[in-house]
Amino acid sequence: MAEIMANEKVKLAVAKANLETFSETVQALAAQDRDVLVVTSDSRGSGKLVPFGQKFPEQIVEIGIAEQNLVGVAAGLASMGKKTFAVSPACFLTARSLEQIKNDVCYSDNAVNLVGISAGVSYGALGTTHHSLHDFAVLRAINNVTIIVPADNFETEEAIKAAAAMDSPVYLRFGKKNMPASICSPDDLTRNNFTVGKGRTVRDGEDLTFLATGEAVWPAYEAAEKLAIEQNIQAKVVSLHTIKPLDSELIKEIASNGSPIITVEEHSVYGGLGEAVASLLMQGGYHNKFKIVGLPDDHTVSGSQNEIFDYYGISEKGLAQTALDILN
Amino acid sequence: MKREKMEVDLMIEKSVEYRRNIIKYIFNAKAGHTGGSLSVVDILNVLYNRIMNVSPENFDSNERDRFVQSKGHCVEALYVVLADQGFFPEEDLLTLCKFNSPYIGHPTKYIPGIEQNTGGLGHGLSICCGNAIAAKKDNSPAKVYTVLGDGEMAEGSNWEAFMLAAHYKLDNLCAILDYNKLQISGSNAEVMALEPLDKKLEAFGWAVKHVDGNDINALTETLESLPFEDGKPSFVIAHTTKGKGVSYMENNLKWHHGVPSEEQYKIAMDELNLAEIA
Repeated sequence: MAEIMANEKVKLAVAKANLETFSETVQALAAQDRDVLVVTSDSRGSGKLVPFGQKFPEQIVEIGIAEQNLVGVAAGLASMGKKTFAVSPACFLTARSLEQIKNDVCYSDNAVNLVGISAGVSYGALGTTHHSLHDFAVLRAINNVTIIVPADNFETEEAIKAAAAMDSPVYLRFGKKNMPASICSPDDLTRNNFTVGKGRTVRDGEDLTFLATGEAVWPAYEAAEKLAIEQNIQAKVVSLHTIKPLDSELIKEIASNGSPIITVEEHSVYGGLGEAVASLLMQGGYHNKFKIVGLPDDHTVSGSQNEIFDYYGISEKGLAQTALDILN
Repeated sequence: MKREKMEVDLMIEKSVEYRRNIIKYIFNAKAGHTGGSLSVVDILNVLYNRIMNVSPENFDSNERDRFVQSKGHCVEALYVVLADQGFFPEEDLLTLCKFNSPYIGHPTKYIPGIEQNTGGLGHGLSICCGNAIAAKKDNSPAKVYTVLGDGEMAEGSNWEAFMLAAHYKLDNLCAILDYNKLQISGSNAEVMALEPLDKKLEAFGWAVKHVDGNDINALTETLESLPFEDGKPSFVIAHTTKGKGVSYMENNLKWHHGVPSEEQYKIAMDELNLAEIA
């Protein structure tokens, strides 16, 4: 039984990386609209954008390894009416060029789509230089940017399309590991809907709730399934793909039944989704049991993304245990 | 749509008027970057009155020329010139730096005529590169201009953009350096040496010209010869005088963001009445 379950999970998980979905979606958009431009910092390979460059050589702008210039140029392109996707590893994009994001994109209201690839600990074994565990924190504190962190291929495609249609700055963030096509059943139309700023409930449950984002949604979902099978505990799982603006309505509705809430993110426990939810709940007068799961303020261990997730409890087993702890 | 070119004699008169207004509104606000505004204003004068195809009438057109003032702190000069172009009523500048006024100490798009919010240094040129690439892709006649400060030449992002502009052969882009040779802590040579600047920029692939940046005739001649070379971005090293036009402010670091006293204000206005700037 356990083995069959494991195989089922493998099938779900072996869809493709959200990065692949990004590449396919942005190619589809570029084919329809010559104003769609991709701007790269020697990152077309890591951004899976080699096919884009081959098919649309006039719609890719190479900047070289110069992230400040990447964002500044992207702002200049967007201000001329170009639908611009500035693509660079999240670790560099949101640190090296933070002032360009703050001033040239957000403050100047140039509708750049900032695409942070290989985010979080996707480059786990490469060390802290290549991790982005600060990006939610810094960008949440900057006015005029929507932060979208898709969980699966479905959300990624919808997020890219939505970002292209928005006339304000957007930060999109995803990793390079294979993720499910959709975390819920693909034909579950009520669950497979995507609206920027609205959480997507991927599993129902009344005993507790995992509010997760990005590639941490899948282990939260796995933990919920494990809890159901092994403990008869029903956990709700919500993909809060939009970190800003946060779906405060949905979070308050969930909190109002009084059951515990666990937030899960591939980000520092400081300044990310967890603290955003905590602030909302506390100021709203909610006193649910509450736990933030993310990466602690510590020298991050290195290894694969899976190994790092396991180490810090962002895993099926770790999150199931956190749920049991909070319920007891 | 193309705006009429102002004659040189009239621009020379405008330079006196602009300087008077810069002093007037900084004196009223009790704040402002006086020295740099006085050094850069002749460049803005020639750009807006003679060179660029941009006006309140064509500001909605994507084919208008673009100007980004990278040295955003000298916004007073830009405000004064934009008001004269008719982008907004000049008396709005009486609110300069007052609480909740949109006329803050750096350029913002909330002010008609301003393209980008600047103020952090080393940002304008990259944005202009994006503008220029987009104009090329669209086969647009739009030309792109930026004014850089000499202090901000130490920002690494500028040199990233210098590389890129040459790489993409952006001959629809012109960067003008307001080279008054003083920055907040001292001379450029003391703080961070720039020279030999022309050789550096030529080595980066730009076509470079020197000009007296406070001489309307010389500026006009230089800027009317753009692009300096087909297939290359153009760089104008405009040698200027910080505090130009007011004797006690000229080349005096104290006036980087000094505000004149009542007595100093009167002296400045007297001098600018009599001044023969060109």
